[in-house]
Amino acid sequence: MAKAESLQGSIDLLVLKILSRRSRLHGYAIMTAIQNISGEVLRVEEGSLYPALHRMEEAGWIRAEWATKDNGRRTRIYELTASGKKQLGQEESRWESVAAAINRVLREA
Amino acid sequence: MSLWTRLANVFRGEQLNREIDEELSAHLEQAIASGRDPHEARMSLGSPLRLREHSRDARLVGWIVDFMQDVRYALRTLRRRPGFAAVALLTLALGSGATTVMFTVVNGVMLRPLPYAEPQRLVTLREKTQEATIYGNLWALAYPNYLDCKRDAKTLDLAAWRYFVGTAIVSGEAEYASGRQISSDLFSVLGVPVAQGRDFLPEDDRLGAAPVIILGHSFWQRRFGANSSAIGKPVILDGKSFTVVGIAPANFRLDGEEPDEFTPLGQDNSESLQRRDRHPGINAVARLRPGATLNEARAELGLIAAHLSEQYPQTNSGRGFLVESLHPDVGDVGPTLWLLLGAVILVLLIACANVASLLLARAISRERELAMRVALGAGRIRLIRQGLTESAVLGVIGGTLGVLIASLGVRPFVAYWPGTLPRAEEVQLDWRVLAFAVGISLFSGLLFGLAPALRAPTKNVEQILRAAARSLLGSSRRLHNGFVIAEIALAVVLLVAAAMLGRTILRLSSLDPGLNVRNVLVTRLAIAPSIVEPAQIRAAWQDVLAQARRVPGVESAALVDTVPMREGNNEVAYWMSATLPPVSQQPLALATSVTPDYLKVMQIPLLNGRFIDDHDRRGSELVVVIDDVLAKTAFGDADAVGKSLWLPDSASPFSSGPHGADVVRVVGVVGHVRHWGLAGDDQSQVRAQFYYPFAQVPDPLLRRWSELMSVAVRTTINPMNVLATLRREVRGATGDQVLYEVHTMEQLVSDSLARQRFLLLLFSVFAGLSLLLACIGIYGVLAYLTTQRVPEIGIRMTLGASPSAVTWLVLRQSLGMISGGVAVGAVAAMAAGRVLQHMVEGMQPIALSTFAIVLPMLVLAALLASYLPARRASRIDPMSALRQE
Repeated sequence: MAKAESLQGSIDLLVLKILSRRSRLHGYAIMTAIQNISGEVLRVEEGSLYPALHRMEEAGWIRAEWATKDNGRRTRIYELTASGKKQLGQEESRWESVAAAINRVLREA
Repeated sequence: MSLWTRLANVFRGEQLNREIDEELSAHLEQAIASGRDPHEARMSLGSPLRLREHSRDARLVGWIVDFMQDVRYALRTLRRRPGFAAVALLTLALGSGATTVMFTVVNGVMLRPLPYAEPQRLVTLREKTQEATIYGNLWALAYPNYLDCKRDAKTLDLAAWRYFVGTAIVSGEAEYASGRQISSDLFSVLGVPVAQGRDFLPEDDRLGAAPVIILGHSFWQRRFGANSSAIGKPVILDGKSFTVVGIAPANFRLDGEEPDEFTPLGQDNSESLQRRDRHPGINAVARLRPGATLNEARAELGLIAAHLSEQYPQTNSGRGFLVESLHPDVGDVGPTLWLLLGAVILVLLIACANVASLLLARAISRERELAMRVALGAGRIRLIRQGLTESAVLGVIGGTLGVLIASLGVRPFVAYWPGTLPRAEEVQLDWRVLAFAVGISLFSGLLFGLAPALRAPTKNVEQILRAAARSLLGSSRRLHNGFVIAEIALAVVLLVAAAMLGRTILRLSSLDPGLNVRNVLVTRLAIAPSIVEPAQIRAAWQDVLAQARRVPGVESAALVDTVPMREGNNEVAYWMSATLPPVSQQPLALATSVTPDYLKVMQIPLLNGRFIDDHDRRGSELVVVIDDVLAKTAFGDADAVGKSLWLPDSASPFSSGPHGADVVRVVGVVGHVRHWGLAGDDQSQVRAQFYYPFAQVPDPLLRRWSELMSVAVRTTINPMNVLATLRREVRGATGDQVLYEVHTMEQLVSDSLARQRFLLLLFSVFAGLSLLLACIGIYGVLAYLTTQRVPEIGIRMTLGASPSAVTWLVLRQSLGMISGGVAVGAVAAMAAGRVLQHMVEGMQPIALSTFAIVLPMLVLAALLASYLPARRASRIDPMSALRQE
């Protein structure tokens, strides 16, 4: 399961990071934001985005609410919670240590 | 997930789903608005169902939804593969149908409560003496003792009944009727009110009261066409006219039999009924009064018994009352039924093993599909549950078919039961049967579903996804082998049991019954009820014999009280000198009362001396003719003719009162007759026999003896063809002498093996079924395993293996399984054989020859089943096989 977990972990990190910068986004906006910022390098699997959002919501990292759009349809928008901010810090430092380790290997091996 | 969310989710399940749908459709809208292809967007979002799967497991409602979904999914998969479904369901339906039939019978006969109100509060009463005699120490109640108990008991409401058989005449037509004398409150104590008319009143239950009668429901239907106008009509019972006052409810039974009529016991004026010693005995049932317990009743009856023994020390000292819960008396069918239920469960197990291996094969071919689902996030528990749901669905459908089979099959089964199955009227589908059927279908579903379900992939998902299917085979092959071995082992047990029974039947049928059974008709005869004087009785029987001899086709005729191979016997103690040992040490012999031509009719060989003749009558020397078993036991190798035997007065058929032992002269020795039936005679406790002249039965016993006599005739034509004439000829002057219980001796001999034959039939069916199922199982498993080995076989063939080598390769695999199964089965069969030997009369110990016949047959059948897949394997085209890689 190690592989699946690390992938999930990186989705969490990206979503939390985006939401820390721009609050109150819906799922599609989060996805496009990740794609745009990464210069189309990172593509979020749409199929795994919503399960991830719901999981993080249940974990209490993000909060969701329904907003009504101009056309009368509802859309679900997300924002970061306090515990989400804390989680983001952890995820970031973990990512940085992993990235640093990988860089070291690339440099010195 | 917080507890609150969880609880909320339980109630918000559907709403949550709607919200997820809404969110996803909003997502799609956005995607399409930003210019993406709608189809591509929908595809990359994936199935909404799949997205939901993550949070599902926590929800109760979700669980139920999942369950319904699994059931639907299972039904869909079954529909998609009708071949698999048909084989699996048929197998299961046969297995659970046969098991349910057997359980229905066991339930009806052994488990269902008696059809009286609150049967658990009913008890029986018997007398118990401290000293045991040869007949034991339990006795039917004396009528005066019953009346005393009834008057004094505060914990019990007592009622009594007694057999009362005789000739009933309704509108001039005589019929032999099996009735009961009952106390006036029997129906109310049992809690079963009469269906029409009135019950007996206490004033009916007295000497000198007006004779009244209640008709049994069937008798009323048969003789009065179920017409209510029967009430008030007369019925002549043994010459006495009774007025019908009521009709018993339908299916009202006493001791398993529906009586033809009921008369008040208190009106019987026979002297013996009023005695506390040498009395005919009555059956007593009682209902515990509200609040009273069985132990309180026992204590109270103990006090009453102590009181009675003070009052009547001569008859009642050392005599207590035994109070026991009332249970249906089903005789000795219990072991047979449990045996059959056991056998049929073996068949069910084979069916389960078959379906399990089918499911396992399917599970393996679906392994990649399952791995894919794990990769997409389905939980392991979820997959196991789905697997189990699928097999439970199979089990339940199979079980339902089984109940259908049972509801159709149980009547023929009961009808085919040899003789009459006790409590047959209770054999029907009820909640116990349904619960049992549901239980076995779920249990078998679990049994065959667990192994495949537990194979739901967990850790090495990627490996499975990457691997080709055949590489997964290793671990499943062992399981498959296990199933085949189990099936074969079970089939061996059933086959060996069937073979043992077959051998037993062969041996028993070839036994000499000791008489010539061809062309002999035996029938009970009730002489006219008006004939009561001893001289008249003797004359009436002489007339019957004379009339019987005149019937065309009759060669000789005789009277006999206990016909061989039929229920009924008269055990009498004897000794070789006047100084009798204590009662418990006196040997017993079967005493048969006959007229002189009996030897001619039955063609029993006369070994020594003479048989009874016309000179042996009342007043001349008392004589007996003994069989060779008694001669050997009593006199060893010495010549028995001329010797004397002493018969203690308590049971001697020559005496009617206490005056010491009767001395009788042995005048002849005849061959032993298998009185207890071909199967039972060797094991019976009392085998020694003697015959004594009916003419020497003392006057006081004559009327009683006459109630038991049968006429036996040897014929020159088919014995059933003389019956009509015989019936007409012996009707007597008053036209009310009737024949009943008519049999040919050939029937009786064959019936004496009926139980063994019936067991053989069923075991053969079960064994055949199990062999068939095992072969289907072997075929299925090998066909599957061989398909999985196609690439390997292709390689072997390219490397030069000949078709026969390939055939052998597959056959060797199956031989391994077969020999494993045979080895396990042989051991189990030894144990099962011992059980059979213990439970079936005349059963021979298991013989090596049995194995020698059964095992090659089984191995041959199993190899035949493996040959088809093997041949198919040998015809594989190596090139296309390799391309499969």
